[in-house]
Amino acid sequence: MQFGSIRYNTDTPELLFRYGMNWEFFFQYIIAGITYGTIYAVVAIGFNIIYNATGIINFAQGEFVMIGGMTAVTFSHFMPLPFAIASAVLVTMITGGVIEILFIRWLYKPSVIRMIIITIGLSILIREMSMHIWGESVRALPYFTGTSVSSINLGGVYISPQVVWVVGISAIAVVCLNFFFSYTLLGRQMRACSANRDAARLCGINAGNMVTLSFMLSAAIGALAGCVVSPITYVQYDSGTPLAIKGFTVAILGGLGNSMAAVGAGMILGVLESFSIWIMPAAYKDAISITILLLILFLRPSGIFGSAEVSRLKEF
Amino acid sequence: MRAKYLQLFVFAGLLVVIQLITMFTGSVYHLTQLTMTAYYSLLIIGLCMLIGYAGQISLGHAGFFAIGGYISAFLTTYDLTPHQEKVIISLIKKTGILVSRPDLYGGSLINLHPWAACMIAILTTIAIAYIIGGPVLKLKGHYLAMATLGFGIIVYRIVIGTELLGAADGISGVPGFSLLPGVVISGSSAFRVKNYYTSWGLVIAAMALLINLIHSRIGRALSSIHGAEDAADAMGIPTAEYKLKTFVLSAALASLAGVLLTHYNGGIGPSEASVMKSVRYVAIVAIGGMANLWGALFMSLLLNYLSLRGYFGTFDDAVFGAILIIIMLFAPDGLLRKKTISDIKRLFARNTAEKEML
Repeated sequence: MQFGSIRYNTDTPELLFRYGMNWEFFFQYIIAGITYGTIYAVVAIGFNIIYNATGIINFAQGEFVMIGGMTAVTFSHFMPLPFAIASAVLVTMITGGVIEILFIRWLYKPSVIRMIIITIGLSILIREMSMHIWGESVRALPYFTGTSVSSINLGGVYISPQVVWVVGISAIAVVCLNFFFSYTLLGRQMRACSANRDAARLCGINAGNMVTLSFMLSAAIGALAGCVVSPITYVQYDSGTPLAIKGFTVAILGGLGNSMAAVGAGMILGVLESFSIWIMPAAYKDAISITILLLILFLRPSGIFGSAEVSRLKEF
Repeated sequence: MRAKYLQLFVFAGLLVVIQLITMFTGSVYHLTQLTMTAYYSLLIIGLCMLIGYAGQISLGHAGFFAIGGYISAFLTTYDLTPHQEKVIISLIKKTGILVSRPDLYGGSLINLHPWAACMIAILTTIAIAYIIGGPVLKLKGHYLAMATLGFGIIVYRIVIGTELLGAADGISGVPGFSLLPGVVISGSSAFRVKNYYTSWGLVIAAMALLINLIHSRIGRALSSIHGAEDAADAMGIPTAEYKLKTFVLSAALASLAGVLLTHYNGGIGPSEASVMKSVRYVAIVAIGGMANLWGALFMSLLLNYLSLRGYFGTFDDAVFGAILIIIMLFAPDGLLRKKTISDIKRLFARNTAEKEML
């Protein structure tokens, strides 16, 4: 497991130099930060869905993103882009469900350490399998609209059309998820299970199925993130883990289990990270976000939006 | 009391037998991998102490291994000749810890003596472990796992991003480490057998130390922390202090392993700091039965040796991933758990007890 850093769009700095006014510089960094922040937030929401349903952190969350991106690239050779993405999301969703059924469903009250080790093992296995299936080459989906050099001018700030796609699709996904959890019967059943599993069971909800569903949902949203971001960051068999670490940082930053706070936290981390290039060499960029993670864990494990009292009652 | 040392003697005997087998079958080259295995085992028994006995998971021990290895590699290869005139260097030189050795082109290099480098490396690791151990060990469960994983990744990122440490290539050309007169830790085949016994001798010494620790007051305190931390705290055991000390001890062992393996291999690369390595160490401790030093040692001997000989091919990482999952799904107490023996004993005991009842 080599922790390759996420590849950043190399033409962004070029754009910066070409149109280098100081304010525009600033906004370009903000835009880059928001783009990555959006993806981190979506990965964090994936963590939260599973955490809420089961109380475990799925260390293989980043692999869902990778599988989504990889299968979408493969499918895009045979069908139009929207169908390829839809099928990739479906495939990853099924993978997520199968993983839950095979490795998690039948365990009786597993300890936290056991679940950590199992999901880490899963992430390694998925990554190694992908390496044998897809090889070590770097892949990417084509830009949804335009090309890598086309840009939209927003009052002097140039943004890639893909950025609009990333932010737009992620925003729609988050709104849909929110709707699903608040207003549909299934979503409410899932929330009931996460609030109190035994009480939900007494009401006739099949808690086991809800956990499977949470894995599928989490895999699906991860895969969607993997698809929309792959034209910018590219995707490779080992690109899942760094994303998972960032996503986890964001989930903690917002407070575990709180999906709306994760969106805000994602923006904060994305922007911080993109400005960190100003002071630190880019090679240390990943180290910065992990340092932030450690600082939050040490100083305020309930997250910047969470309350310390509530988190003390939770089991980690 | 005797029994615990008897095991050590039996193990030492086994090592002699292995050496004799390789000698008589003319496959002495196997000893190279076995020596490397010994150094990894040094780390693994320390980690076993932390995970199994103190109950604190660490997914960042490759980081400590790399800190030790990189510091000693850097200090023993960094040429001080251009800085010779500086006051501080000449002061250091007077203490006698600098050595000069010929380089490839007939000139001479001035480096720090490996003993001094080793001491600096281990002391630095201990300091780092103390500093991060305090806040990290306050965390539990997922947070502890993620924090240690994060530490490992930071070390990896720094190592791979720093030119001075050779970036992606790592540091090579590390000289041998003359531990004692006549005992040089280096990869040259002339010292192969000596190195084999030196490395495993160190492992046995560390095992003796840890076994004594487990059977002492501290060991019992640690297992009570593992069982129920709050209860241990209520009984007056300084839980935070004991956890921290075990963490530092295991980090120091990891660092020592890193230093020695770096001298043995003549270099170190960033892959030694990668998270996969940390996960692999945890996998070995898990399959050995978590709180079972001997289990961890035997599994380390077997799996590291097979992996280093390349038996797993391109599935190297996948094998360790699969081991982790299978063990945690079906035998969360590990394969070589102590309970297996006591279970069998109890089975027999029950049978006899039932017979007596009849």
